Amino acid sequence: MQHADKAATFIQNESKTDWHNASIWRAREKRDVAAHGIPEWEHLRELASQIKDNVLSNLDHYLVQFEEAATRNGVQVHWAATAEDHNRIVLGILQKNKLSKVVKSKSMLTEECHLNPFLEANGVEVIDTDLGERIIQLRDERPSHIVAPAIHLKKEEIGELFHEKLGTEKGATDPNYLTEAARQHLRSAFMESHAGLTGVNFAVAETGGVVIVTNEGNSDMGVHLNKVQIHCMGIEKIIPRAQDLGIFVRLLARSAIGQAISIFTSHYHRPKAGGAMHYVIVDNGRSEHLGREDFRNGLKCIRCGACMNTCPVYRRSGGHSYGYTIPGPIGSILTPGKDLKQHSDLPFASTLCGSCSDVCPVKIDIHEQLYKWRQIIAEEGHLNRFKRWSMRLAGKILSSPKAYRRFGRLARWALRVMPSSMVYNRWNDWGKERELPTAPKQSFKEWYQENHPAS
Amino acid sequence: MSKEKILSRIQANKPAARALPDIPAFEFATSDLHAAFTSLAEANASRCLSLTSTDEMANFISVQFPEAKQIASTYSSYKGNVDLQAVTDPSELKQVDVAVIPGQVGVAENAAIWVTEEDCVHRALPVICQHLILVLSKKQLVGNLHEAYQKIQIDQSGYGVFIAGPSKTADIEQSLVIGAQGARSLTIVFID
Ligand code: SF4
Repeated sequence: MQHADKAATFIQNESKTDWHNASIWRAREKRDVAAHGIPEWEHLRELASQIKDNVLSNLDHYLVQFEEAATRNGVQVHWAATAEDHNRIVLGILQKNKLSKVVKSKSMLTEECHLNPFLEANGVEVIDTDLGERIIQLRDERPSHIVAPAIHLKKEEIGELFHEKLGTEKGATDPNYLTEAARQHLRSAFMESHAGLTGVNFAVAETGGVVIVTNEGNSDMGVHLNKVQIHCMGIEKIIPRAQDLGIFVRLLARSAIGQAISIFTSHYHRPKAGGAMHYVIVDNGRSEHLGREDFRNGLKCIRCGACMNTCPVYRRSGGHSYGYTIPGPIGSILTPGKDLKQHSDLPFASTLCGSCSDVCPVKIDIHEQLYKWRQIIAEEGHLNRFKRWSMRLAGKILSSPKAYRRFGRLARWALRVMPSSMVYNRWNDWGKERELPTAPKQSFKEWYQENHPAS
Repeated sequence: MSKEKILSRIQANKPAARALPDIPAFEFATSDLHAAFTSLAEANASRCLSLTSTDEMANFISVQFPEAKQIASTYSSYKGNVDLQAVTDPSELKQVDVAVIPGQVGVAENAAIWVTEEDCVHRALPVICQHLILVLSKKQLVGNLHEAYQKIQIDQSGYGVFIAGPSKTADIEQSLVIGAQGARSLTIVFID
């Protein structure tokens, strides 16, 4: 199903759509307040972007430097060219140590690789420990937002779920009560698990360490209470120096939710006494994306979610409508590189207003990339027939002043005299959910000529 | 081999060299670091206190946490009642009601405090305890995160963390709830 179809289903519940829109917009507003509180904000964005440019142009060196430093620190480093390699490596580590129960903190990469179903099929129990992720895991759903995975759910739905799965009182919806129940449930999961698995926010080349941010503290609980810790990272998570963290950590939580810093910014460098520490460095299409000149900037993303929070289409269509792990504007410029045909509708799920690029802390040219993907999709023939013909027609009309005038006259006349069933029907997307304006009798040009005869 | 495959693809596909920028010294606008820190900490639902002696701290703990049975302290001039050296399995620390840990650096712009493995004895202690108390001196405050990263060396310890408040979540309808998986409260005690 295409984005537009799924979005149409989503907006059928009007009050929920309004709620979704407003609650996500709040995150954008908080981001603005936080950003405006930092006089050097724009300078930080520029530096972040330049550091990431440098990373992309030296990625091979930095990865090797990172591996060497990590090895010196006693970390075991594994490389995975594909999602399958990644999953196999993680399973291998677990099997070698005879571990069958894993607690996992938030990681979009393991979602991308479909690690959970793979491990479960191989007899490993996986418990997601970020509250939002645990909620959607219990519902057997995928995240709808990269920072707030369960943002599409109302507290009544979560109350019902917890009643069924965690034994909370029926009808209870108080977030404090529900979170307390999750706390007890998750804290016992941490005690009973055998290995802690996490994603990575930043991997520091010069020191060989990884940095992970959470508000809940679940990454630290999972890592510290287990002998074996595994950190899975995409190759693009590298930053060169420890001091670069100052830039990125200042930007990340402020862009995400308007918080000055996440509650826990954890720096892991060496295994705990008697423990083992592993990194799995994953490519899965990233090195190929690096070769796409117009699109490689997408690899600078630090997964803050700001582009989603600001996007008028995301807010009113929900993360699931994108059909990919990473939804919203950034998802729409990364997915066509993965499978152009399958995701050819996503670059069109945008108004091209450019707000995403304005808020992006690493200054990715998101809306320009959306536009460039559209051109490639059209050239390679992946537009649906209706869009192909309407675009061709529009191209003809808009490139000839004469045709344009004639069409304008026709449209104004038609809007005035046609019965409403001819204007508001399933063929006219522009008439859905809105009243078209009353058409004036003349065009602006005609009016101008009439009123300024001299010129 | 995956490694060679990945590296050679990167070499083939990477863009032309771009310079790594220098990071300028960004100054923190406010000179009263303690006031800035405190207001940020309160915004993060932490509590700040200024005490003059460790006796006052004992007093504070008994008043604030009258029910606390297990108090673990790594702060040298305050003794708890848990022998951390004797703990072998960190999950035993879930019984700890209050943990008192010295911080190394406090950051005024975000009220985060740098704590390392050596300060905690057990890495899990600051996150698994029910209530956390971090001890700082006003002299340990810096303005912004850049200054903090200049002061610390992130790989000096096997594990180091900036802690900026009690564990929290907003995953249920974006309503803020304090006390997710980690400590339920954070008190920052300034002793000067
Ligand atoms: S593209 Fe930019 S705004 Fe969007 S998630 Fe990534 S870093 Fe954040």
